[in-house]
Amino acid sequence: MNHLDKLEAQSIYILREAYREFKNICMLWSIGKDSTVLLWLARKAFYGHVPIPLVHIDTHYKIPEMIEYRDELARKWKLTMIYGENSEALAQKKTFPDGNADRLTCCQLLKTEALKHTLSGEWNRYVLDHKTGKYVLDTKREKFTGVIVGVRADEEGSRSKERYFSPRDKESDWAVEDQPPEFWNQFKTDFAPGTHIRIHPLLDWTELNIWEYIERENIPITPLYFDRGDGKRYRSLGCYPCTFPVESTAKNVSEIIEELKSGKFANIAERAGRAQDKDDGGGLETLRRGGYM
Amino acid sequence: MEAREQMNIVIVGHVDHGKSTVIGRLLADTDSLPEGKLESVKEFCRKNARPFEYAFLLDALKDEQAQGITIDTARCFFKTGKRDYIIIDAPGHVEFLKNMVTGASRAEAALLVVDAKEGIKENSKRHGHIVSMLGIKQVVVLVNKMDLVDFSREVYESIVSEFGEFLKKVNIKPINYIPISAFNGDNIAQKSQNTLWYDGPTVLEQLDGFVNKKENRQLPFRMPVQDIYKFTEEGDDRRIVAGTVVSGSISVGDEVVFLPSNKRSVINSIEGFNVKPRNTAYADEAIGVTLTTQIYIKPGELMVKAKEKQPSVSSRFRANIFWVGKAPLIKSKNYKLKIGTMKIGVKLIEISHIIDAAELNVDTFKDQVERHDVAECIFETSKPIAYDVISEIEQTGRFVIVDNYEISGGGIILEAALDTDNSLLTHVREREFLWEKSLISAKQRENAYGHKAKFIVITSGNEGKEKDIQDIGRQLEERLFNMKYKAYYLGVSSILHGLASDAANGYEDRDEHIRQIGELARIFTDSGQIFITSIFNLDDYEAKKLKLLNQPNEIIVVNIGQTPFNDFVPDASIEDAEGAVEAVCQLLKRQEIILEYYI
Repeated sequence: MNHLDKLEAQSIYILREAYREFKNICMLWSIGKDSTVLLWLARKAFYGHVPIPLVHIDTHYKIPEMIEYRDELARKWKLTMIYGENSEALAQKKTFPDGNADRLTCCQLLKTEALKHTLSGEWNRYVLDHKTGKYVLDTKREKFTGVIVGVRADEEGSRSKERYFSPRDKESDWAVEDQPPEFWNQFKTDFAPGTHIRIHPLLDWTELNIWEYIERENIPITPLYFDRGDGKRYRSLGCYPCTFPVESTAKNVSEIIEELKSGKFANIAERAGRAQDKDDGGGLETLRRGGYM
Repeated sequence: MEAREQMNIVIVGHVDHGKSTVIGRLLADTDSLPEGKLESVKEFCRKNARPFEYAFLLDALKDEQAQGITIDTARCFFKTGKRDYIIIDAPGHVEFLKNMVTGASRAEAALLVVDAKEGIKENSKRHGHIVSMLGIKQVVVLVNKMDLVDFSREVYESIVSEFGEFLKKVNIKPINYIPISAFNGDNIAQKSQNTLWYDGPTVLEQLDGFVNKKENRQLPFRMPVQDIYKFTEEGDDRRIVAGTVVSGSISVGDEVVFLPSNKRSVINSIEGFNVKPRNTAYADEAIGVTLTTQIYIKPGELMVKAKEKQPSVSSRFRANIFWVGKAPLIKSKNYKLKIGTMKIGVKLIEISHIIDAAELNVDTFKDQVERHDVAECIFETSKPIAYDVISEIEQTGRFVIVDNYEISGGGIILEAALDTDNSLLTHVREREFLWEKSLISAKQRENAYGHKAKFIVITSGNEGKEKDIQDIGRQLEERLFNMKYKAYYLGVSSILHGLASDAANGYEDRDEHIRQIGELARIFTDSGQIFITSIFNLDDYEAKKLKLLNQPNEIIVVNIGQTPFNDFVPDASIEDAEGAVEAVCQLLKRQEIILEYYI
């Protein structure tokens, strides 16, 4: 087995553990390359099916092509596709682009808060109706007790401390100081009422591994990651007011891999284009303790 | 695409002996630092008016920077010409031992850091012991802070001999002892001019000298069944037994046995998605297979090859455990054991002895296992489980114990223990001894009610008959009731089936429900009634358990259709659900439970 086979096998094992152990489980899909790889791994684990609903938090500031790409794959792969949003903050324009919040507060409201209440079922969820191709109000409002997330340990400091199965308390808070042990391949799958578990099948993958796997499996990925003629491409996707493309002429997956291996990005952090990280002392920790992914 | 090898390394040792500095140095000296990270940490140091240290690179969390110690396991990625490494920084403080365990149990090799000036400390030893228990075979000792002892060969050699003696006792033979100064970079990436008396490898050379574990292809085949997938609603008729192969290999056409249920079948296909079809799968692969016959198996069973060495199947076993739970491990409490994909109730039966993990002193008088203790104990699961002893196949000889939602201990199985006196038997004996005898005899009740007491269990091994056996139970109750008999049907079949089904949470709770039904049956039959229940896919152990729990009263087990049993012989096997109620009534008449003609 090569290293991609090993990473794949371990991620599939974790996904299968999660699917068996949690009745109300969902997978967060940010439309980015990592969570798309995660989605692909689910299709591998469950032999072409995705028996787990996908949840996307729509800040309404996502790059429009991301949403098109999301719905296209959702239709093609027959996904149970759900989105949630902070409709109140959006209506009251309490956002950074509206000039009424700083970056961190905006992230907090449009992402963290929206996520928290979408997962708990307190706020509206919208599910794709495959017959009409439109989103309708989801009548199922059960709290998701297991949430699969595509974070990687190499992204930044706090993520390198994550467990594969990481408990969050009633307020979605992360007790970094008191995490459960993971012996061998045994994870925390028992949880007290009111708490939930975040599951991280991609923890051991690096950015390079992700691209190598995308190439090997030929996973459809949004073209925003490629240079489409203007010498710029996105290395990490987010909301357009806070995510900036990088100077790069990588036009396809193998050129990206080359660039990561020996090119100009070999020693530059992936999230360098994300403005909110810098505002948080480089650690992203304030955001993540409160439930940011 | 060339495939680069990857390896997980853990770095352990006593608090403040310099683990994080070693890693920081390795990252810097191999040019593995992303620029963004170094800048952000330097920026943080500048803002907080602290001198930059290599250790800060890892201790990225604010808490840790404030306290100056590593709380949790952090992963760092770095590469050499040979391969990619994930280096796991484990905390050295005793409070965070469970985090250290987490880090270490993912590693292929361990670097044990000892401070040359401070010498061997409690956690140097404790970590050595745990590394051994976790099954890490490649260990290298880094004698750090050599600059503080003027790179003295004597100091180095006294640590080598003292530590070597301890490690030998816990079955660790270090590959090497490297004198280093992580702070100054001696013998990390560059050979040091300060230790000319040392002619071994640098840390970096040593890392590249480690070998990745051979995939366990030569061992007997073992695959814990993780789940059974049927996506019939999406037009997929395959019934896929999914799991990760932990040892050996499996091919289409191989005869397989599922343990502990002992069901057998033959591999029909190895399934895959976006891969080339294949006929053989090997250790470490996450696979799915279809079988040639429809058998009902549950997640948690161990799939093995019929023609290879079989694992042990028993309820009692002797194990070494390492406890990290907040509350001590005690007898008379129900815990949950997780081994492979099996989850099952477990009790501590006996503590053979407790070993002080740091000093290796043996304490035979403690009657509980406290946090951070290592102990040799005997455990008993609520039903027999399949496992291998640790010396034969590691992956199936390891388990964890869950106490109140939390993984609280990890263990390795040393040997099977005799099942002669299982705790269920003891329980029934005690219960019967304490049972207050009624003034009314069983005979008196029989005369008054016109029938004998009986516990009737209806089961089936046929998928699709879940509903049938419930109907039969209910109709039987109604028939007997109309005959003026005292009959009661306990309708928990749907709960039990829910618990047993693959998608549901907590299938392991089935054991507890079976126990409760057995206890209830004892009460109902004592009151002279005919107590009926239906339990889908009852297995041998469960049937025997119900029989035992209902003692001294009697039980009838009726099977409808395909039998779920291997050895257990039911009192009646009825092919068809139709006419089953009548057939059970006939059986009751033949056994003179009820009368041929009722009044």
